[in-house]
Amino acid sequence: MARKISMRQAINEALDQEMARDPSVFVMGEDIVGGAGGMGEIDAWGGVLGVTKGLNAKYPGRLLDTPLSESAYIGAAVGAAACGMRPVAELMFLDFMGVCFDQIFNQAAKFRYMFGGKAETPVVIRAMVGAGFRAAAQHSQMLTPLFVHIPGLKVVCPSNAYDAKGLLIQSIRDNDPVIFCEHKNLYGEETDVPAESYAIPFGEANVVRDGKHATIVTYGMMVHRAMEAAATLAKQGVECEVIDLRTLSPIDWDTVIDSAERTGHVVCVDEAHPRCSIAADVSAMITQECFKALKGPIQMVTAPHTPVPFSPVLEDLYIPSADAIAKAVKKSMAH
Amino acid sequence: MTAPNSTAGIFPLDKPGLLKAYRTMRTIREFEECLHAEFAKGDIPGFVHLYAGEEAAGTGIMMHLEDKDRIASTHRGHGHCIAKGVDTSGMMAEIYGKSSGSCRGKGGSMHIADLSKGMMGANGILGAGAPLVCGAGLAAKFRGDGGVAISFVGDGASNQGTFLESLNLAAVWNLPVIFVVENNGYAESTSRDYAVAVDSFVDRAAGFGLPGVTVDGLDFFAVYEAAGEIIKRAREGGGPALLECKMIRMYGHFEGDQQTYRAKGELDDIRANKDCLKMFTQRVMEAGVISRGELDAIDREVVVEIQDASAFAKAAPLPTAADLTTDVYVNY
Repeated sequence: MARKISMRQAINEALDQEMARDPSVFVMGEDIVGGAGGMGEIDAWGGVLGVTKGLNAKYPGRLLDTPLSESAYIGAAVGAAACGMRPVAELMFLDFMGVCFDQIFNQAAKFRYMFGGKAETPVVIRAMVGAGFRAAAQHSQMLTPLFVHIPGLKVVCPSNAYDAKGLLIQSIRDNDPVIFCEHKNLYGEETDVPAESYAIPFGEANVVRDGKHATIVTYGMMVHRAMEAAATLAKQGVECEVIDLRTLSPIDWDTVIDSAERTGHVVCVDEAHPRCSIAADVSAMITQECFKALKGPIQMVTAPHTPVPFSPVLEDLYIPSADAIAKAVKKSMAH
Repeated sequence: MTAPNSTAGIFPLDKPGLLKAYRTMRTIREFEECLHAEFAKGDIPGFVHLYAGEEAAGTGIMMHLEDKDRIASTHRGHGHCIAKGVDTSGMMAEIYGKSSGSCRGKGGSMHIADLSKGMMGANGILGAGAPLVCGAGLAAKFRGDGGVAISFVGDGASNQGTFLESLNLAAVWNLPVIFVVENNGYAESTSRDYAVAVDSFVDRAAGFGLPGVTVDGLDFFAVYEAAGEIIKRAREGGGPALLECKMIRMYGHFEGDQQTYRAKGELDDIRANKDCLKMFTQRVMEAGVISRGELDAIDREVVVEIQDASAFAKAAPLPTAADLTTDVYVNY
């Protein structure tokens, strides 16, 4: 039975249902219980934005508040995964990966290959991503491209509550390390979400709007901006197909290429910086695979090549807008 | 001639235990000396860091472990692998980059692992194993299987944040984890005295609320007894501890290292007076519990084992182009 719940609740529900299903699943991170003080039981915070609230009472001993030691506890999650557990480690803000990147990209990502296919590291690292929260340069980045670049990692970035639940359940059941990116501005967004457990397979993009004139390829928060742009353009007679990638590694090339071949006009939208971004990656692949189908140059709409600014007026300019996406579609179609 | 069997009151191990320890140390030495010779011929690709001279430490600790116990090793990992029961032929083939290697030739000397033996990998990133064993210890604690996990670092990697953070994490979570500092006096070429401000690593442990003990890492029996105590304590829920083993490196940081940073006569002194294998032999023979003949018999078997491993590695097939892109993901 589906009901409208927020992405925050959907993530909590995914964790809840997987912990109930599998005793090897546990959750660790800074303040995920929170406010426990000397008592060790009360989840005053339940995560800095309340995502894990209520789980501690239900699964005592399986939610571990960690010291502020990202290298140690992300590494511990990786080590526990290599020993048969299924840890879900919360890194709070993905920006903090700079502190513990070695444990992610040199350890977790490489075990299987370095050890000749004999290791499985089923760890999930959840973290908040994205700008618009007035959190400035070290708490707002969209660092997905850094992780997509690393062989051995899977990278997920849902745009809504339904996908967040199904993709997180898949992430926990998956036997490879997964970086699960939660856009902090989407926690309150509500969609219809089934109460029962379900998994969404990786590598399957979601076509969230059909259209024949142009293709917009994006993920995360930018799906909403792309849908705004598509609605505006539709009033002007331009029908855009909007593709929500959902998982960035693996990525659903078939859906992207198929759409590009049909429309001939492609706009790649990414909240990350322009260089070596998901947008650049998708642009390059489309150019290689269906150059002859293109009727105009592929356009990229991304954040600028700057850190995320603090001042709200600057941050709003930093984030790719629906208007910029609509303009990019028109620019491609002018050819 | 076979020496009498009783070791009671003289050694903390029975005679089969002593013979096993000797065989392990002798196997490590033979393995490393074989690599030393073969590397000089130019047939081994990449970097090789030898554990020769440090055998008493790894062996004295690993004698207390079972397959369910996990270790995370260092770049100098061959000795830890052998002492934890990893097959020497598979290791040798791995070091030659062959598809019959422990890791199908994809890891090499610095990444040999055998998870079925509890060996979570040699590691090319110094200090990286310390957080990993916190996870292994956490897994053992969740399962309640009495397992322990041991992280090895050198004196150099003991300066890494990962190591120091892990001391704290293991202490606050009361994990069954042992941190072994293999203090061989050099971080590559940089001396321990230059790079570590405290006089004793035990002081570092104390700073994080862990008990610590320093032993002569050349003395197998000192290591064995100290490790036995802290491992038993960890198994019983008593929490983590640090063990500093003061030891020497018989070769350079890597094979080919000219060791120009050493004092004059240092290597001669090591060979003559600080060889842990000779010290062990002398102790057990003087006590009259093991005869020269018994040790020689082990030596002969070990030489054959390592010769066979070397021959296996040289004859083993190379990986093929198809192997390049496999083993990245479980599924993708």
